[in-house]
Amino acid sequence: MKRKGLLATLLFVLLVLMVWNGPAFALLPGEALPDPALEARARTLSAELRCMVCQNQSIDVSDAELARDLRILVRERLKAGDSDEQVLDYVVSRYGEFVLLKPRFSVRNALLWSTPAVVLLTGGFFVALMASRRRKALPEALTPRESAALDEILRR
Amino acid sequence: MVEVGHFALVLAFALALVQSIVPLVGARVGDERMMAVAGPVTMAGFALVALAFVVLMISYARSDFSLVNVWENSHSLKPMLYKITGTWGNHEGSMLLWALILTLFGSLVAVFGANLPASLRATVLAVQGWIGTAFLLFILVTSNPFVRLSPAPIEGRDLNPILQDIGLAIHPPLLYLGYVGFSVCFSFAVAALIDGRIDASWARWVRPWTLAAWAFLTGGVAMGSYWAYYELGWGGFWFWDPVENASFMPWLAGTALLHSAIVMEKRSALKIWTLLLAILTFSLSLLGTFLVRSGVLTSVHAFATDPSRGIFILCILVVFIGGSLALFALRSSTLTAGGIFHPISREGALVLNNLFLTTATATVFVGTLYPLAVEALWGEKISVGEPFFNLTFGPVMVPLLLAVPFGPLLAWKRGDAFAAAQRLMTAFAGAFLAVLVTLLFVDRTAVLASLGVGLSAWLVLGALTDLALKAGFGSVPFSTMLRRLVGLPRSMFGTALAHLGLGLTTLGIVGVMAFETENILAMKPGQTAEISGHVLRFDGIQPVQGPNYTESRARFALLGAGGQVAGEIVSSKRFYPVRQMPTTEAGIRTMGLSQLYVSIGDETSDGSLVVRIWWKPLVTLIWGGALAMMLGGVVSLFDRRLRVGAPSRRQRGLPRGTETVTS
Repeated sequence: MKRKGLLATLLFVLLVLMVWNGPAFALLPGEALPDPALEARARTLSAELRCMVCQNQSIDVSDAELARDLRILVRERLKAGDSDEQVLDYVVSRYGEFVLLKPRFSVRNALLWSTPAVVLLTGGFFVALMASRRRKALPEALTPRESAALDEILRR
Repeated sequence: MVEVGHFALVLAFALALVQSIVPLVGARVGDERMMAVAGPVTMAGFALVALAFVVLMISYARSDFSLVNVWENSHSLKPMLYKITGTWGNHEGSMLLWALILTLFGSLVAVFGANLPASLRATVLAVQGWIGTAFLLFILVTSNPFVRLSPAPIEGRDLNPILQDIGLAIHPPLLYLGYVGFSVCFSFAVAALIDGRIDASWARWVRPWTLAAWAFLTGGVAMGSYWAYYELGWGGFWFWDPVENASFMPWLAGTALLHSAIVMEKRSALKIWTLLLAILTFSLSLLGTFLVRSGVLTSVHAFATDPSRGIFILCILVVFIGGSLALFALRSSTLTAGGIFHPISREGALVLNNLFLTTATATVFVGTLYPLAVEALWGEKISVGEPFFNLTFGPVMVPLLLAVPFGPLLAWKRGDAFAAAQRLMTAFAGAFLAVLVTLLFVDRTAVLASLGVGLSAWLVLGALTDLALKAGFGSVPFSTMLRRLVGLPRSMFGTALAHLGLGLTTLGIVGVMAFETENILAMKPGQTAEISGHVLRFDGIQPVQGPNYTESRARFALLGAGGQVAGEIVSSKRFYPVRQMPTTEAGIRTMGLSQLYVSIGDETSDGSLVVRIWWKPLVTLIWGGALAMMLGGVVSLFDRRLRVGAPSRRQRGLPRGTETVTS
């Protein structure tokens, strides 16, 4: 098990060296971390970080040189033991909040994050208001006597 | 000849002015001759814009580089198809296409609206004239495609290579037919506000236009999604890109409009809301045009950037949206509220649909524009991307999707939710089974994904249940059931088909998002790669010379179980020398409903090739479902009831009451 891990790391280093000067292309072979759990976290984080020189791509799918540097940086921080939040903080400290594809929950972004709930609740309130108004206008249900009379008529 | 097109465009503008004023005045003072001007003027305007458009198209086909527009966006070596589609592959041409479709819809109203009340018809066409005037002026002043260049260059600067694709032939025309189609609903709404009169027949007029526009827009958005999927080379089907959102917002609002118009037509309820929705839907279309054409947003569609034009469209936006909303605020109180209904009823279900679709639209709207607001107010830049929309849009849609099968099963006015639930037991059992099967046989850890599969099954089975019940399944003999099924109104098939399509699209999205696998590696010729049980062998790369590009074409052999070659996948990278731009042509092989997607990178120094392979389970259902939705819209459109003015052919001897059984 241990030997396998060492081999993978060696292979990883070898591959990184191999493609280091190679042309960029999204996630490159060898960029992936050997630890699947760590790599999964790296992928999730990459999908939340914007490629700064691209139009509207995350660094996970971008083939720009800068995106690749950032992907490697994210993985290095993870390997060094950073939490997801620490990695994002670090990247934001270098590139600003523009780099986050998922804006932070902050006062400034309150309207952004609360829109779905606010619209749904306000709309729901109005719908309920209208419904209660309509219900007042709705004819009462038939009394048992009336429905008996109706049955009588229909049976005829 | 080019000048003929130019003159035609100027003349069309002049006619649009006439169309804007004369019929409206006629309708106000009750002058029939003035109202009668609307039809011929509208059709003449369409003919003139069409002439201008054809002239531009011929200039492209003939590579007439004496036109600035052709010189900037075409090249003599470009294949003929792309020369022709290149007509609208640029700002000026696409605005001309916009105007062409606008005048086309105006003419259709003039032709099919022959039996509309004269004053309504005149007012609707006048409002169409206002929109036409604004956009033709915009084209003539800021985006004239007929500007000459002297001396004419020998060669053009070519079209953006990403656009040199069959997608350009289909996507923008479909999208614009949808976008601009909603202008008719808008004009009807504004006309109703001017008249201060709105009734069920108004809804019967508006519904076919909404259906047609919605069907086109559905096709346009789906086509755009598939185009991005295969052309951009990283295999995503939706990027939540601002430009995509720009087309998605009118679709969401249009879907809401489609449903509220049903309530209005059948039950004369939700009148004021429907009117507002008609205005909002077209406003979102205008907003979409503004976002794309002004280039205020950074996005992958940034080929359409010119800030100076932005101001003009912004003015159009403010005048039309502000004007119509002001009119709405002034006049909507004069409209009478309509029929009453119980919360648990078909109307109630459609209100719920509208509530959630409006919330979804608002979510996309705020998400798309928030970065602009933050930049304007705080001078800071933020990004709102896919992770945000996945977190907000998804949860809004799920309750709506859960409720969809109930809607068509509830009765008008007062429904019985319990009875509807009982009739949906089979569908629910089927959905539950789908969850179990996914959990047990596909992936035991994928709880969310299996619930997604269950949701899709629920939608599909719910749609089928609806049809089966309406045909009398279980209560009448099989032969009678078949006869009744054939005899059902087309709009019922349309509803079932569209809801079924929604389920299929959901299934496709869940399949890709949850079960996609990916293999990224460097391959040398002869090496094999394995992904989800499929084995691919890299057979080498060869250069190919295209008409206006060079291509590196990598061949992959799909190996069968015994190692024999079962198929071939070709994935390539192209380089367009004129624009100095590379493009990727992904290699895609459809296997059943799933696809194997191969995208290549560059060659590394040791001669191996960087290859990304994806297995995308059920991915084709995303667009197949959208096609089913579009087809549902088209089928509904051919419902006899919507052929307005056609003499009603109710069968003799059939009691009048039977009609309500099936509707």
